[in-house]
Amino acid sequence: MVTKRIMMKNNIIEKVLIYGILLFWTFICLFPIYWTATTSFKTAASVTQGLLIPWVDFEPSWKGWKHLGLSPDSIFTESTGREEFLARFTNTAIISSCASALAIILGSLAAYGLSRFNYKFGFMRNPDISFFFLSQLILPPVVLALPLLVLYKELSLLDTHIGMILLYTLTVLPIVIWIMRDQFNAVPIELEEAALVDGASVWVSFYKIVLPIVLPGIASAFILCLILCWNEYFLAALITSTDAKTMPVMVASQISSQSIRWWTMAAVSAALCLPLIIIAIFLERYIVKGMAAGAVKQ
Amino acid sequence: MSEIKSIERDPLYVVSPSIISQKSKRSGVILVRSTFILMITIALIQGLYSFEKIDFGFSNWRPLLYAYILWAIAIGYSRVLIYGEKGKRILFVFPAVMFIISIVVFPLLFGLYISFTDWNLSSLDGKKFNGLDNFYQMLSDPYYWNAMKNMVYYILAVLVEFAIAFLLAILLNSQIRGRKFFRVSFLIPLMLSPVAVSWMIGKSMLEQRFGPVAGLARTLGWETPTFYSTPELARLTMMCMDAWTFIPLMIIMLLAGLQALPKEVLEAAKVDGANKWMMFKSIIFPIMLPVSLTTLVIRIIFKLKLADIIMIVTAGGPGGATDSVTSFIVREYRDRSNVGYGTLLSFVYLIIIVIFMTILIRFVNRWLQRES
Repeated sequence: MVTKRIMMKNNIIEKVLIYGILLFWTFICLFPIYWTATTSFKTAASVTQGLLIPWVDFEPSWKGWKHLGLSPDSIFTESTGREEFLARFTNTAIISSCASALAIILGSLAAYGLSRFNYKFGFMRNPDISFFFLSQLILPPVVLALPLLVLYKELSLLDTHIGMILLYTLTVLPIVIWIMRDQFNAVPIELEEAALVDGASVWVSFYKIVLPIVLPGIASAFILCLILCWNEYFLAALITSTDAKTMPVMVASQISSQSIRWWTMAAVSAALCLPLIIIAIFLERYIVKGMAAGAVKQ
Repeated sequence: MSEIKSIERDPLYVVSPSIISQKSKRSGVILVRSTFILMITIALIQGLYSFEKIDFGFSNWRPLLYAYILWAIAIGYSRVLIYGEKGKRILFVFPAVMFIISIVVFPLLFGLYISFTDWNLSSLDGKKFNGLDNFYQMLSDPYYWNAMKNMVYYILAVLVEFAIAFLLAILLNSQIRGRKFFRVSFLIPLMLSPVAVSWMIGKSMLEQRFGPVAGLARTLGWETPTFYSTPELARLTMMCMDAWTFIPLMIIMLLAGLQALPKEVLEAAKVDGANKWMMFKSIIFPIMLPVSLTTLVIRIIFKLKLADIIMIVTAGGPGGATDSVTSFIVREYRDRSNVGYGTLLSFVYLIIIVIFMTILIRFVNRWLQRES
């Protein structure tokens, strides 16, 4: 009886400890977002006093969002802030989705080939080719930065969507190949063999049989690529100036300028993060699957 | 002999009778050659034009790019014309290989050339080959080696991140309610752009007058909570911010490993009366070793690219204490326009990374083999 009670007590302590740590970490993860979201509705007075809770501590105001032209009183009027913001937003959306799509196409084709056929390019066999692809992940962007800048200038690809798409495709391609190789390896070869015996070509059997099976894997890889491209700053700061400027570059340039106020900065940062937070909440399953694919070998 | 053949055989192997006519082979060869000649012609014209030998040409090198793409497509298509069914298999890998070669290998070769020149954008002379001068300059550049030293600290911090991530992954994997909620909230920091993180945490929450973290520090008794004043503190702050964004990645990878643990082994250990610590030490940790090492390697790869947060929040200060190699090279480009020298630094960094990663991966593989 006594031992049982002690065990029960231990159990409760353990539970409290577990939930305590988990809630503490949740707080650490979410507080910066809460802080940014509330700061975007603050005025100068409530910022300097470090007030935390809207309606209780301070009265929310639309000042921060007004700069972006997204507050209720400015949304139907002309606003250069909103035009700028929307232009950057569309740039980021176009560049990151096109780059992810291109990386998915190139990457899944290569991953499928590597999982199904033996290649020989000179001295390179399949493991070497795989390593060649994955080694691109190690390459720090700074090494390519300047040579590409010069090359892009000569090809007049600087500050264009195409130029950015190509670069971003390069940065996420190894990740796609890494995820998709495991996906294809998990598909039983017999399915395709049957189709090939029936006279289909390899391309048809790939498109008609394998592709539908790995579609969830493709979705995870796509979302992961999208996240990485959306947040990329280093290369975008280098290549873009006006036409193809992305949101992180815009936000970064506003951080360093002194004239921008806290509430505006908070609104801009929140706007940069919001799409991805929504993706995280609704598509968490796919993101986790994509990241887990590399960790656990099937 | 038959054994070798079975190794050579494709995993997906079907005998396909393919008779390729001579005509088809010939047209394949012609296709590649003609597009190649087109490319060379354009390159020649543009080259002569840019050296002002002839007075007609294009306004930029873009046409050469188109010709190059055309040539690449022709090579791909000719594989099918020449090799038939076998050529179609090559086409799976060919586009990706071609893409990487064009966008990585050419710039790398060009960069290698730049790194041996004294090219400075602010000088009017243009670039001139200067042999190993950049290299000698690098050897005696205290700031570059300081940045290298910082990278060592930053990479060592990965071990702490790993410990935190492992603990959280185990807790997430235990019998708890609301796992989905915890998982989503733990994931969110990874979604945020480093640029946004720089402002949200680095610039506003740590702001010494009215940032909430500074406020908390003040109530805990720290009179002047300045997070970037001393070198050690500034570096630690950078590490924490980077850890905050990337711990989710490690949690998810480790959690995937934990969920794949064989249930029977754990049950058996429980029946034998093993306590939690013993189970962790002698069962969970050894089985998790491959996943743990993969996670660490991936995390280190990301860490080696660390730059955004540093560039925005401290710009390497105070006195280069937070500089990563990347952020240092960027300042070399941006502030001193020292293009040749900066490129050499980046190449040396690349070589060091390659050596380091090769040793690391070999070490990891050997460890895994010994364990199994």
